[in-house]
Amino acid sequence: MLIVLAVLFAVSLAAPLMYSWWGRSTFYVLAGVLTGAFIWGLAHIPYVVEAEQSAPLGTADGPPGEVFEWIPQLGVELAFRMDALSLVLSLLISGVGALVMLYCARYFAPRETTAGAFAAQLFAFAAAMLGLVLSDDLVMLFIFWELTTILSFLLIGYSAHRIFARRSAIQALIVTTFGGLAMLVGLLWIGQLAGSYRLSEILAHPELSGTAVDLAVVLILIGAISKSALVPFHFWLPAAMAAPTPVSAYLHAAAMVKAGVYLVARFAPGFHDTTYWFGLTVLLGLATMLIGAYRALRQTDIKLVLAYGTVSQLGFLIMVNGLGTRDAALAGIAMLLAHGLFKAALFMIVGIIDHKTGTRDLRTLSGIGCNQRPLLIVAIIATASMAGLPPLFGFVAKEVVFESFYGYAEVNGSLGWAVMAGVILASALTVGYSARFLWGAFATKRHPAGHENAGQPLPVTEFHGKPDAVFLAAPAILAAGTLLFAVLPLPIEHLVEPFAELFQPADPDIAPTYLALWHGFTPVLGLSVLTWALGAAAFWLLGRRGAPGLVPKEVDAERAYRYSIRTLDDFAGWVTSKTQRGSLGWYLFIIVAVATATPAGVIAFTGHTVPEHIILAEEPMQVVLAAVIIAGGLGAVWAPKRFMAVLMVSLCGWGIAGQFALQGAPDLALTLLLVESIILVVFVLALRTLPAGIWTQNAARQKIGRALLGAAFGLVVMIAVAISMDRRTAEPVSVEYPWMSYEIGHGANIVNVTLVDIRVWDTFGEITVLAAAATGVASLIFVKRRDVQRRALHEVPTGSVGRVLSDKALSPRQAKEVQVARSFATVAREAWLVAGRTLAPEHRSIVFEVVTRLMFHAIILLSVYLLLAGHNTPGGGFAGGLLAGLAFVLRYLAGGRYELEAAIPFSAGALMGWGLAVACFTGVLPLFAGGQAFQSFIVDLDLPVLGEHHLVSSVLFDVGVYLVVVGLIVDVLRSLGSEIDVRSEQESRASSGTGHGVHSQTSLGVAR
Amino acid sequence: MTINLTLLVVMGAMLAIGIYLMLERSLTRVLLGIILISNGVNLLILQTAGRAGEAPLYNEDLEAGDYLDPLPQALLLTAIVIAFAMVALVLALIYRSWVLARQDEVTDDEEDRRVAQSIGAHDPEEDDEVSTETSEFIDSMDPATGSIRQVDPSERAEGPGEVER
Repeated sequence: MLIVLAVLFAVSLAAPLMYSWWGRSTFYVLAGVLTGAFIWGLAHIPYVVEAEQSAPLGTADGPPGEVFEWIPQLGVELAFRMDALSLVLSLLISGVGALVMLYCARYFAPRETTAGAFAAQLFAFAAAMLGLVLSDDLVMLFIFWELTTILSFLLIGYSAHRIFARRSAIQALIVTTFGGLAMLVGLLWIGQLAGSYRLSEILAHPELSGTAVDLAVVLILIGAISKSALVPFHFWLPAAMAAPTPVSAYLHAAAMVKAGVYLVARFAPGFHDTTYWFGLTVLLGLATMLIGAYRALRQTDIKLVLAYGTVSQLGFLIMVNGLGTRDAALAGIAMLLAHGLFKAALFMIVGIIDHKTGTRDLRTLSGIGCNQRPLLIVAIIATASMAGLPPLFGFVAKEVVFESFYGYAEVNGSLGWAVMAGVILASALTVGYSARFLWGAFATKRHPAGHENAGQPLPVTEFHGKPDAVFLAAPAILAAGTLLFAVLPLPIEHLVEPFAELFQPADPDIAPTYLALWHGFTPVLGLSVLTWALGAAAFWLLGRRGAPGLVPKEVDAERAYRYSIRTLDDFAGWVTSKTQRGSLGWYLFIIVAVATATPAGVIAFTGHTVPEHIILAEEPMQVVLAAVIIAGGLGAVWAPKRFMAVLMVSLCGWGIAGQFALQGAPDLALTLLLVESIILVVFVLALRTLPAGIWTQNAARQKIGRALLGAAFGLVVMIAVAISMDRRTAEPVSVEYPWMSYEIGHGANIVNVTLVDIRVWDTFGEITVLAAAATGVASLIFVKRRDVQRRALHEVPTGSVGRVLSDKALSPRQAKEVQVARSFATVAREAWLVAGRTLAPEHRSIVFEVVTRLMFHAIILLSVYLLLAGHNTPGGGFAGGLLAGLAFVLRYLAGGRYELEAAIPFSAGALMGWGLAVACFTGVLPLFAGGQAFQSFIVDLDLPVLGEHHLVSSVLFDVGVYLVVVGLIVDVLRSLGSEIDVRSEQESRASSGTGHGVHSQTSLGVAR
Repeated sequence: MTINLTLLVVMGAMLAIGIYLMLERSLTRVLLGIILISNGVNLLILQTAGRAGEAPLYNEDLEAGDYLDPLPQALLLTAIVIAFAMVALVLALIYRSWVLARQDEVTDDEEDRRVAQSIGAHDPEEDDEVSTETSEFIDSMDPATGSIRQVDPSERAEGPGEVER
């Protein structure tokens, strides 16, 4: 069964492709596939009918089934089971589905381009519906249930350019999803109560009872009645008529709306005696049946006549299937089949009329019956079946339905008789609206009174082309089925009987009923005749003119729905406007306030003792550094200029690096020092175009609030840390780290081995984040593509980079300085740096160039040393990479952007990519040797000159880290350094014409 | 575990000043606040390593407890470098915001303000009265005369942007 479903879904995925090749002929293929599914279902009949219907999945004599494990932790399985009920519905779904597909092959215009997706959705719907009836797992059932909901939404909204279709689609989605969610809760609840999510096992537990079960069943039934459009959810179904007619014929007559009926029939054997069952199925069904039938008599659109008729019939089906007796079960399923046959056919007929005439309004349609004989014959058969006239299957089914209600009433007295009376009244109305449909669609009508031509016949509605055989075939086959099963009801009886046997008869003394055209002169036959007579009267009195409205417009369910949605929207808007006022600072304030108040509350309301082990500091130096750090922090608050504040924050960083060193963490101290230095440079580079001193001053009141909040937050964290450290009793997990890193990781630097071996996945994730962040920086600055190709070095004119073009914006003193600098830079020789000459003279510093020249290679060497020795001494990939990055920073600052290009002629992205690749390679390599990912191994080398060496594979990982970090820094330099250089030079060149350079106002002014 | 008061106070101060700065409108100050907060958190993690110890370089003569706990150090090392990447990213954002809008401040979210105005407003998609349609072929066929209208396929394929009244 899983394979069949998988194939169906696969075909649906392929449908748009097929549609692009073959156009609407694709529907023939789809019809063929569904016919295959139908035959597959037929082939199962012998096994299914013979099986013990109530046996859970897996028992020897049970119905065929399959189980695949899916989420064992939650008890969710791909469990499928085909008992008689599932089989009947599968046949209905695949059979009607195949005919609908066939019908589609004529319904859509040959050159319709948008129907490919439609074909896929409609076919996927068939697959989902099959999955729904075959599922034996509650969660699977729900998944397929919601799939049908979503597909129905898409299909109703096919004409997405029409507001009516969009609105109807959303309405159907919201109503059925609402029911679906209630059902999910009910299903999970009942699964919990029964201790199993297997449907067959839950139903095999007859001892389930109690209030919890009652409520769970109510929730499940809410799902069923919303899907099957019972009052008060009925309004979505008529609105869903905005869908193309094949969809109405399939989803809203034969398949989807039957899902609710299926659910009721499925749960009826176990739960029909729970407290609220009768009210929600039988009584609500009866109310729906009456309301739907009466409203069908009022409609002027023949499709809406059918839609309200469907609402009415769904109420009927739910009530029969909910009754819970043997006869009712037989009758319910027979009626379900009958309804599927005639209603799908009738919708198709409406579709043909609409397709050929361009209207469905029965006030303009006239005289079609005289001209379209074949269509008329098919329509008469289907309509008569709907009205319950012999010799048609609708009659056969309705007879047994009456029989079962009659039997129920005999046992249950007045309530039963009241229900019986209601059913007869509603059935009479059904006859009435059936007649109205037939008359409305086919009869020759006259102008109504008051019209100028009152009494004259309406003009005959013109048909555009005759519907060909293929178009007519689908409804004709369905009508033939209606006729056939009336004469030969035995196959149906054979199929449905095993399911009906799950129920007790209403009264053990009554002989079980059976499907037949002729039961003899029974009271039920009399009741049937009574319905026909009443129905004829209803048509004569109400049906031709349209029945008057009985309720005021205000109690319209659709109105109520829209009002409630509107109120919900407004409420959501109100809540949002109260909580999300637009100020991000305010949101942050609230978040931090909550993050302060919650732990503070916990601390206040739980008992704590003052920690005993407190020391002031490890050594006096720590206190001195602490003073420096706090001073730096406060300085950052009061600093009047941007770069002053940045310097102050750097001071904090350096102080903290000192604290690291004093605590005994040389690696941390080293890394933090390097990072702080680079941050300082990057800050200056990025913010040089921003004004130096403009700080936003928030209102004083806000300042105090923020200061209080900050202080409170700091204090709460301090207390929380003190408490948790005081209470700590567990051994640190890292007590094993020292020997592990030495014995297994082959490295003496425990922190480094932790990074590249013990917690290597963590580090691997981190360098990926670094690469992503670097890409983010580059894309924010370059916008289009990073690493723009620059000019070759020799093409760059000497002294061109960062040149001040206009002296007008300078103060006399600055102009003089520039003059002096220029007079020195007369030599174009590449004295110290390869690209030093490209810098404008006023930006060059010979001392800096010399120092860079002397230091660069030493720094690079040192960084490689840190990288390789880091396994055993302080250092490692991070520190090494940062140091190398710093060397490039030096080159850039001393020689400008061309110097940076000359220093590292690769793309930064490639550098990081290679780094990640190397790291990845280290991880994958041990897998080939039969080890685990990232397992480290050691290679002993005895080189002739260099001596004995132990190479640990995890050092290779560190090389990857090194490359990523270097790549990150180069990327940041190229973005925030070189690219901003280029842009501000362009900008100053553009603005020098207008006389006021932007740079004269920025932090660095011309000195940049 | 022993509590180092100096580290505790410095951590608290970093967090307090960081929060204060982060709630500013100026983006540069927000960034500085973030840096200070990450400093504070770094100190927090450092404290969980306990009292000062030997540098975590393996030495046969030392007990496991003699070293400064290496695990928080490893966490810190990655945190420091990640913080650098984040600083660079926020700097790029500040630069971008300056280039685009000449603004280095956190601005109000216009979209949030707009939500407040939507309460009770008329939404044609939801509120317009739509007459029920009596044919699916309205746009290709004239319901009054029943004659086929010539419809440009591109017109039919129009998206949901168009609203029919």
